[in-house]
Amino acid sequence: MGAQRKGATRAEDSDELARVPLQAILLADSFATKFRPITLERPKVLLPLVNVPMISYTLAWLESAGVEEVIVFCCAHSKQVIGYLESSEWLSQPNFSVTTIESHNSVSAGDALRLIYERNVIHGDFILISGDTVSNMSLTQVLQEHRERKKKDPNAVMTMVIKRSKSSPITRQSRLGTDELFMAIDPNTKQLLYYEDKADYSKAVICLDKLLLTDNSSISLHNDTQDCYIDICSPEVLSLFTDNFDYQHLRRHFVKGLLVDDIMGYKIFTHEIHSSYAARIDNFRSYDTISKDIIQRWTYPFVPDVKFGGNSATKLERQGMYRASVVQSRSAEIGPFTVIGNGTKIGSNTKISNSVVGEGCTIGSNVSIEGSYIWNNVTIEDNCKLMHAIVCDGVVMKSGAVLEPGVVLSFKVVIGQQFVVPSYSKVSLHEQPIKQDSDEELEYADNSSGIGELSSIAGTVDKSNGVMSSQLSGEQCQPTDELGTGGIGYVWSICEGSHEEEWRHSIAPIPADKLAEAIQTTEDDLELITQDGSVLPASGELKLDSIDSDDVDNEDSRDDSIDFEKEVEATFLRAVHENIKEDHVILEVNSLRLSYNKLFADCAGAIFYSMMKLALETPHTSASELCNNAVSVITKWKKLLKSYLNDIDEQIEVILTFEEMCLESAKEFFPVFAKILWHLYDKDIIQEEAVLKWDDEKKDADDSDKVFVKQSEKFIQWLREASEEEEGGGGEEEEGNQE
Amino acid sequence: MERGERESETPRNALSSCSAPMDFQVVVLAGGASKKLIPLISKEVPKALLPVANRPVLSYVLELLEQSNLKDLIVVVEGQDAAVRVGGWISGAYVDRLHVEVAAVPEDVGTAGALRAIARHLTAKDIMVVNGDLVSDVPPGAVAAAHRRHDAAVTAMLCSAPVSGPSESGSSGGKDKTKKPGRYNIIGLDPTKQFLLYIATGAELEKDIRIQKSILRAVGQMEIRADLMDAHLYAFKRSVLQEVLDQKDTFQSLKQDVLPYLVRSQLKSEVLLNGAPQAEENGNEKVNFQKNQVMVSRILANASTPSFHEFSGLGTNGSAPRTHKCCVYIASNRKYCARLNSIQAFSDINRDVTGEASHLSGYSFSAQNNNIHPSAELGSKTTVGPHCMLGEGSQMGDKCSVKRSVIGRHCRIGSNVKVANSVIMNHVTIGDGCSIQGSVICSNVQLQERVVLKDCQVGAGFVVTAGSECKGEALAKKEK
Repeated sequence: MGAQRKGATRAEDSDELARVPLQAILLADSFATKFRPITLERPKVLLPLVNVPMISYTLAWLESAGVEEVIVFCCAHSKQVIGYLESSEWLSQPNFSVTTIESHNSVSAGDALRLIYERNVIHGDFILISGDTVSNMSLTQVLQEHRERKKKDPNAVMTMVIKRSKSSPITRQSRLGTDELFMAIDPNTKQLLYYEDKADYSKAVICLDKLLLTDNSSISLHNDTQDCYIDICSPEVLSLFTDNFDYQHLRRHFVKGLLVDDIMGYKIFTHEIHSSYAARIDNFRSYDTISKDIIQRWTYPFVPDVKFGGNSATKLERQGMYRASVVQSRSAEIGPFTVIGNGTKIGSNTKISNSVVGEGCTIGSNVSIEGSYIWNNVTIEDNCKLMHAIVCDGVVMKSGAVLEPGVVLSFKVVIGQQFVVPSYSKVSLHEQPIKQDSDEELEYADNSSGIGELSSIAGTVDKSNGVMSSQLSGEQCQPTDELGTGGIGYVWSICEGSHEEEWRHSIAPIPADKLAEAIQTTEDDLELITQDGSVLPASGELKLDSIDSDDVDNEDSRDDSIDFEKEVEATFLRAVHENIKEDHVILEVNSLRLSYNKLFADCAGAIFYSMMKLALETPHTSASELCNNAVSVITKWKKLLKSYLNDIDEQIEVILTFEEMCLESAKEFFPVFAKILWHLYDKDIIQEEAVLKWDDEKKDADDSDKVFVKQSEKFIQWLREASEEEEGGGGEEEEGNQE
Repeated sequence: MERGERESETPRNALSSCSAPMDFQVVVLAGGASKKLIPLISKEVPKALLPVANRPVLSYVLELLEQSNLKDLIVVVEGQDAAVRVGGWISGAYVDRLHVEVAAVPEDVGTAGALRAIARHLTAKDIMVVNGDLVSDVPPGAVAAAHRRHDAAVTAMLCSAPVSGPSESGSSGGKDKTKKPGRYNIIGLDPTKQFLLYIATGAELEKDIRIQKSILRAVGQMEIRADLMDAHLYAFKRSVLQEVLDQKDTFQSLKQDVLPYLVRSQLKSEVLLNGAPQAEENGNEKVNFQKNQVMVSRILANASTPSFHEFSGLGTNGSAPRTHKCCVYIASNRKYCARLNSIQAFSDINRDVTGEASHLSGYSFSAQNNNIHPSAELGSKTTVGPHCMLGEGSQMGDKCSVKRSVIGRHCRIGSNVKVANSVIMNHVTIGDGCSIQGSVICSNVQLQERVVLKDCQVGAGFVVTAGSECKGEALAKKEK
């Protein structure tokens, strides 16, 4: 493409290139907790992937792809990352500069990019990547595409690299263990139009904005691609993160934010790679998959027998077996697709297959290791059995210990004799943090523990090993019985929510029963689609378009409404318990209103709902007591409620909400409906006009709908008479009310 | 009503089904009185008999089917009177060419209702359903072949959506040019463009596009197109069609109910294919378990499957695959395909058939690119431009001009008359000095002197008084 351009512009191009070296931002923190407990002690980017720290793959690829300057952003365990880089050769490469930016308070990629923006170190297009990416793709073409697009359309700020990889329709996850991804792409321009990665299983349909089809006559919708998490960005991306200070996650916030926002008109494009490799290690399953890909040489030249980024020399033997200088018993059997690190000793009759064993390990006799990842300086005594497990540095497995599929043993754990570690267990010397960082997933919180261990990373593992473990055992009473006799470490309990998902992200193959279960779910979903009228119009209802469309639209907004109501209720309760001023509550509710795109009437309804709920939850013995509770709550928070009731419609909404409550969620109010309605009128919260209008609206309703009108008949009657009497006076009163 | 005739024709029927490559029965839905076409249609002229280039629109479909050797037809007409008229015309025109049975169904039963009404006449393995208002040169045989090749439950013919109305004629300025190209359907296709995965019609077009994830999961990639139109030519497997019509008695329309239903249930089929009984519905657990094992091993082996239908089918409940295929045949965009379902379409089709799609009309056009019947008489200084037709026995006075218009048989046209972009049916009398632009004049209309019509429709037998000027109006006699 570029070759066909006019000479003048080409000269300009190359000038531009000369001025701005190609930069990359490498996030050495995944801002996630998927690799816990390992990442409590070592940052994810330094975890060995086929015996080489992950970050080395990323850096080696960036260097080979022609990137000249890499800015490594370190956050969790930043000292370890910087220490590793300093001890490695990466800081001393010609034409490839690696600088680090350290932060201690970033909790997300968004924070990181905002900080980088402040530092003002990015001067042109850059590559945004996290330090756990393995790739061998060439950047030439994608960079050129990006630049040319940018020239034509300054709003084309990002190009995302994607690769075809169909996720399983049964388990709904890719081979990398990530959730299935739905994308809509313009087939001609490759513009990204829709992105849904956090799969919401409850929704059986994808909803594409109809406007998408006004500009393009065709869209291609993909469930067969994988996001490589390699982004070519224009400098605007950084300022966008700064402008939108609430953007945290690269995909969930930034990409979706740009796709939804049509005011600024920023566009994201995709670039599909076909023959080259690109994948990111997101979870244990992808760790397993990518390790195997490396062993099977998909990532060439980044494979064990080619030297890059300081890996030690190994030799490729037949059947995909790599061996460094290993002391091996004659009767030991090393199976296919296995890597054995330097200085490892293997005892007799031991079988190892489809596994990676690090450096300086001691493996006894009659050990069986299948599909496992054993890092450095691990001691495995005789007769142990390991299936699909990850075993970190310095672990000791006493004789006869067994690891069932999916086990993760963090640093220096000791497993007692004959002890069987059950499937999916995670064992660490650190206790499981009790407080879950529920609102934001971050690793940063545990930074402090890493600093002390820096020395162990630098290579003197053996020495510190003894010190550390003795230290630890001195400090804490080790729950030895948890891991058999002589075992050291805590077994982390699987948090409730993730229990179901454990098998998805583990390195162990998916168990057959889970697959069968998943198949069943798939079927049930189909059942749902064909039978549930609300998901898709049921038979024959298509013609009744108006009714049908209401149903469908409501479903979406209903979800939203429930969230909104919950949030308002939480805000209100907080205000009650903490005695927050009404003005502040109003501010908070207003911001909720804006973020959920709701009307004042919705706010009024939600606030009223929470007020009534509060009254209901206040202890009471009789209906009249309940009524009194309600009245006192109403009196106390009158101002709050009234600030949303400027309009008759909003007042009617309150009445309707109340009606609904009496019928559904809070039937206790049923007998006192009319009373409370009167109180609302009496307290100037609801004007007579609203009550009368509500009555009018209900005139044509079913009898069942009219129970409350009937209950309040007298009151309405009285209002009507009163309003007839004073005709003109009503207006004045209204004005008074509104102030 | 013509049962007797059918019996007598058995030998030829046998012959034709012999020579026909496939066991297909064709149902032509010729409609009845469409509200959209008032005032063009009347009791005398049902929709099927509206003239396109001076021959009934139904003849285009019938001849198209004949070309594909599909000669076993049932023409369904709404309303008894209309059926008699259509039947009368068909038996006159096609008596020895096609085997046609005309059936009358009540009005307003919808397309699905019409099929339900004639269901007992359907006997062939596959049924082709085509609307009688289709004017096209896409061979239906190709649709039938695609249907058979995939063993599909339904195959729909898609054609390019017409981009816009008349664009070249500056005179018809009444049409707003800012109007977007019409959107007829939103269609989801698999990457090979053979399977129909999603279809939105009618009012659904105004809503957001809702795609079932399960289908997308199964197929991996879906192309969503807004530039295709459902041409209302379908091939159905008869067993499927009849079952759907039986079970879903609320379905009224093929296009809006039956087709979307089949499309969205294709991975979880509720219809019996080939009438074969479903494998034991609540079959014993063991079988299920074994089937699941097979499935599991297949997944573990990461076996690539030939078709997503089979793949999904395997998973279901251990019974026989419960999927059915919805296929498409996409007509090449060089082919002509239009439906006469609005007044605009009526004018467009008449213009196209005498213009760029003149091969459809079956007439030969002169060197001037027009067709003037030898018996027509033209006065002095009267010009008939290219892409015009002048029917048998029509007469025109002096100094007339006709541009891009069709004039029917036995019309009497005075002097100084200008006709442009219009259709004039038979036996119309036009007085001196009239000017007709972008209008449709039905049969037996009388226009007195100096009438000026622009973008008007004049219903059959109407008399427009001298000197009237109308723009964008529909003029018709009050019926009833």
